[in-house]
Amino acid sequence: MSVVATNPTHLKPRTLIIQDNLKNLSFIMPAVILFSIFYIYPFFEIFRLSLQDWNGISPDRSWVGLANFAELMKDKVWWTSVWHASYITLIALTFQNALAFALALACDRQIRMKKFYQVIFFLPPVLSEVVVGLIWQWILNAGVQGGQQIGILNYWLVQSGLPGLVNNWLSNPETALTCIAVVHCWKGFGWGFIMLLAGLQTIDHQLYEAAKVDGAGAWSTFRHVTLPMMLPVISVVVILTILGSMQVFVLIKAMVSQGLGYHTEVPVTRILLAMQGTNRFGYACSMGVTFGIILVCLSLLSKTFGSKTKQ
Amino acid sequence: MEGSRYKAIGVVKSVIIHSFLMSVALTCLFPLFWMIRCSLMTNQTVFTDKTLIPRDLHFSNYIQAWVDGGFGIYFLNSMVYTVSVVVGIVLVSSLAAYAFSRLKFPGKNFFFGMFLAAMMIPLPGSFVPMYVLMTKLGLANTRIGYILCMISVGLSVSILLLKTFFDKLPHDMEDAARIDGCGRLGIWWHVALPLARPALAVIVIFNSLNVWNEYILAYLLLNDTSLMPLQRGLMVFQGTYSVDYPILMSGLTIAALPIILIYLFMQQHIIKGLTEGATVQ
Repeated sequence: MSVVATNPTHLKPRTLIIQDNLKNLSFIMPAVILFSIFYIYPFFEIFRLSLQDWNGISPDRSWVGLANFAELMKDKVWWTSVWHASYITLIALTFQNALAFALALACDRQIRMKKFYQVIFFLPPVLSEVVVGLIWQWILNAGVQGGQQIGILNYWLVQSGLPGLVNNWLSNPETALTCIAVVHCWKGFGWGFIMLLAGLQTIDHQLYEAAKVDGAGAWSTFRHVTLPMMLPVISVVVILTILGSMQVFVLIKAMVSQGLGYHTEVPVTRILLAMQGTNRFGYACSMGVTFGIILVCLSLLSKTFGSKTKQ
Repeated sequence: MEGSRYKAIGVVKSVIIHSFLMSVALTCLFPLFWMIRCSLMTNQTVFTDKTLIPRDLHFSNYIQAWVDGGFGIYFLNSMVYTVSVVVGIVLVSSLAAYAFSRLKFPGKNFFFGMFLAAMMIPLPGSFVPMYVLMTKLGLANTRIGYILCMISVGLSVSILLLKTFFDKLPHDMEDAARIDGCGRLGIWWHVALPLARPALAVIVIFNSLNVWNEYILAYLLLNDTSLMPLQRGLMVFQGTYSVDYPILMSGLTIAALPIILIYLFMQQHIIKGLTEGATVQ
């Protein structure tokens, strides 16, 4: 038996080779079948549906060409929702990643309790968006009972003599989106921190020694050694931050469940609304396709930007 | 003199660094502490009492959340979904990854490229055709439908991770097993899977987190409360007109605690898995 198995393939008869191939192919079949049904088919279906007008139930779907897309281009609420997601993404790119980088730099040295900090900082990213959103909604609660603030943040503001700062955090159109962005950063920074710290620890310490010998100060060492060495990791973090933040949705739903006019709309809520609220499945899919193209462009852009600055 | 000055600067520096790190750590911990603290109060005191550690602790809230709030059912559903999806992903992805790494068959590069491409292309709104498909197949609002969807979500990343692991593995053990008369399937089960334990640990942890925390598909596909997982159940509970905050906070703790405990026990694996991913890219 072992003789047959160890024989070189070219000595086997043809039928045996075919049988062999089929047996090998059967290893990937469960994965391929599942994947084709639940990923590949929806992938092509979303493009097909985006060219149709369909309410999700009726047997007749009519082809409308690019009409959905034409309507979407003029849909003001849609573009506002794209802007909202971009606003959250911009805050995540700057504030969240700067914080993550600063924390990673602070931990990239002989420091006590390094392990403790690592474990704590990565705690929010393992929690679900529903849990995070509902906890923060409670902390930011703006209700008043018996002349006393219900939410702990407003309560503290009153206690510390800053009643002027008390706010309807999540129902005030001016602050709702920023609050969501900050909570999004709270949930996400630990993940960037871990990635950036891992990147920092791969930098060869001889480079720092060499910079020191050359008389470089802390800033120029950072500027000319740390930053260039970190660019590959930074560009990964940037792309993943963009993809994650642009598609934020569950957190918003958990924080402002009632909806707030159009002030906290993001693309995913628009897609869901088109699908469930107005039963326009084709229009929902055209949003999905458009948004997908935007995301691909953004990640390609940051990729080329990352490799350009490297040179 | 010089030495002590340097020392003083060092102390000041480390105080500044530690207070920075500590303040961020407290910001991470406080909301969780507040969640647990509020889960132990009554519906009256939760609005007025703001002491950090209240005097009367009502652990009975958890029983009420588990039974009346329905979180017991949601919890069991989450367990069922998480275990079956993770087992499914481990079996299906390790079979495929083993074949991609070791076996010869036509179309190998094509199929592998297909899984790779799926990881690269973001597809927002893919839940719309997914929902249409599940309704058509009669799998909407069923456990098996949700499980199959979630398996396919985690598949491509797991296959890629396991394949890179198998590629680095020496062939000796498998050759020995083959000479002993072990078939392909036997080698996969008896040799490859046990050897892949470190990679499987990463896959199990990340997919468990992913399934336990998933919301959108659970929201679209499951309508019966008896089928809902925790994340969905929390939103349903929160959506009722009068929210009982201590019970809601108990529900949140029930949803968060298993994840926090698993994370604390497995954190080296999780951080290692993440950092390996980061340095590979």
